[in-house]
Amino acid sequence: MKRYFISRSLQMLMVMLTVSFFTFGLSHLSPSDPAEIMLLSHDTMPTEELLERTRAEMGLNETFLVQYFKWLRNVLRGDLGESYAFKKPVITIIAHRIGMTFRLAFGALLILVTTSLSLGILSAIKQNKIADYLIRGLSFGAISMPSFWLGLILIYCFAVKLHWFKIADQYAFASIFLPSLTLAIPLTGKYIRQIRAAVLDEYTKDYVIGARARGIREHRIIWGHVLPNAMLSILTLLGLSVAFLIGGTAIVENIFSWPGLGTMALNAITNRDYPILQAYVLFMAFIYVGVNYMVDIVSQMLYPMLKEEAGV
Amino acid sequence: MLSSGCETRHQKIVIFVALLIVLLAMIAPIFAPHDPLEPNFMHILEKPSSTYLFGTDQVGRCILSRILHGAKVSLGMTFFLLSLVFVLGVTIGLIAALSGGFMDMLLMRLVDTVLAFPDIVFAIAVVGILGPGIVNTILALAVIWWTKYARLTRMLVMSVKNTEYIQSAKMAGVWGLDLIFRYILPNIISPLIVQLAMDIGGMMLALAGLSFLGLGVQPPTPEWGSMLSEGKAYIQTAPWLLLYPGLAIFIVVGVFNILGDRMRDLLDPKNMQSN
Repeated sequence: MKRYFISRSLQMLMVMLTVSFFTFGLSHLSPSDPAEIMLLSHDTMPTEELLERTRAEMGLNETFLVQYFKWLRNVLRGDLGESYAFKKPVITIIAHRIGMTFRLAFGALLILVTTSLSLGILSAIKQNKIADYLIRGLSFGAISMPSFWLGLILIYCFAVKLHWFKIADQYAFASIFLPSLTLAIPLTGKYIRQIRAAVLDEYTKDYVIGARARGIREHRIIWGHVLPNAMLSILTLLGLSVAFLIGGTAIVENIFSWPGLGTMALNAITNRDYPILQAYVLFMAFIYVGVNYMVDIVSQMLYPMLKEEAGV
Repeated sequence: MLSSGCETRHQKIVIFVALLIVLLAMIAPIFAPHDPLEPNFMHILEKPSSTYLFGTDQVGRCILSRILHGAKVSLGMTFFLLSLVFVLGVTIGLIAALSGGFMDMLLMRLVDTVLAFPDIVFAIAVVGILGPGIVNTILALAVIWWTKYARLTRMLVMSVKNTEYIQSAKMAGVWGLDLIFRYILPNIISPLIVQLAMDIGGMMLALAGLSFLGLGVQPPTPEWGSMLSEGKAYIQTAPWLLLYPGLAIFIVVGVFNILGDRMRDLLDPKNMQSN
């Protein structure tokens, strides 16, 4: 366990380091000159002399690697640079917005986990019965549903036609419900199918037949044996889907004008605000890597008999 | 699941419908009743009628025609992108698995790094920095998606690399590309094709999503995601602007998702019991 923990932690740090390198490199692909954008955003006319001085100030004349290490040192200190458009430290802007994105993701996760667990298990237990067909049909529809269309349909039905929800008020419970639902539904479809498959896989194993032959009650087999054993694949799935959830927030925030990180990043594109974009990618990738790391550690703790393999 | 006669007929229907969609997309210009780009200010935001079956948009363009032309754009981009990542991923996966050692480690660390970026987030950043448009969107998604095929290919090659028939082929003097194309690829191609078929729907959604965000296909080019984005402002007054393009995505993605599932049942017997 200890060995696994150390090697998995090292692996995570390695990935984070390379991720930071890639993210930094990304902003160097930009066709425009950061010094020029910087000056223009301060309403200064970029003369050649001024440009030269700004470039030197911003450290743009140094080699790529030197720039990277300086940037990395700053990032580790929590300094992600300054936004061109808002003239404020990027970290302040992110701190201001992250709560909204977390709220959205958390709401979606709540809907996702409760709905897909209950429906997935129900579908597996009632295999090839009406409930199973119904759930499978619904989950299939959910997978093929574009979240941006789903969000618009929900707005149309519940806000435009029925007036049940107001879209403008972000702090009311009702207003978080529709965005969370939009984010959760396509993933829920995917989950239901995989949870169903995981439970069925476990359900057809010899020990279940053996337990049944010994006269153990069906619900004890399911709750006491099948589900705990199927939990591992469900947990792994959860980690992998975080990427989808994170990417999805950008689209859902856009539909509902939700003032989170996704909206921030999309506005940054219009403003050519590269420090913000860079921080957005770095941040989201770190969250994703971090969540998967935690999922792996938790799986290892819950299932110590798992083969200790790191670096897969 | 037994492959009964009913089951095979089912499969044929799915494949037929999928091919029909592709065909329809290719000959869309013949079918389309109006010009998808020509604004007509006499017919702005008209409800669906016999002349304009799906209604008209904010500048009076026929929505049906735009959807038909949009099919060409959406499917074209999806298939191009998937072929690109398939060839790239399989090649890199083969190189990693067959060369082993340092090269393998280096390539797999690269895959790990790329997979650490959620794809839409990465695409937003790349397109944001390079500028919106079709080419940059394809580039951004390609940079992420090849890793999936590289990883799968590597795993599959690893599993057949030391089998007896590969070993005996090697001993018989089969080497290099000959070995890859005649002995390795035919034995690992089924799972790769299944993956490819299952990715069509997802790729289409990713592309439409990016166009919806204003990053992919740019107006006035007809594309379903960007049509939804443009129609968003008219949700209260002209909901048909949103209904039909969304329905088009839903149906086409649905058909290709069924196709993917069927292909998996057909070619990958291991997975059959689970679905």
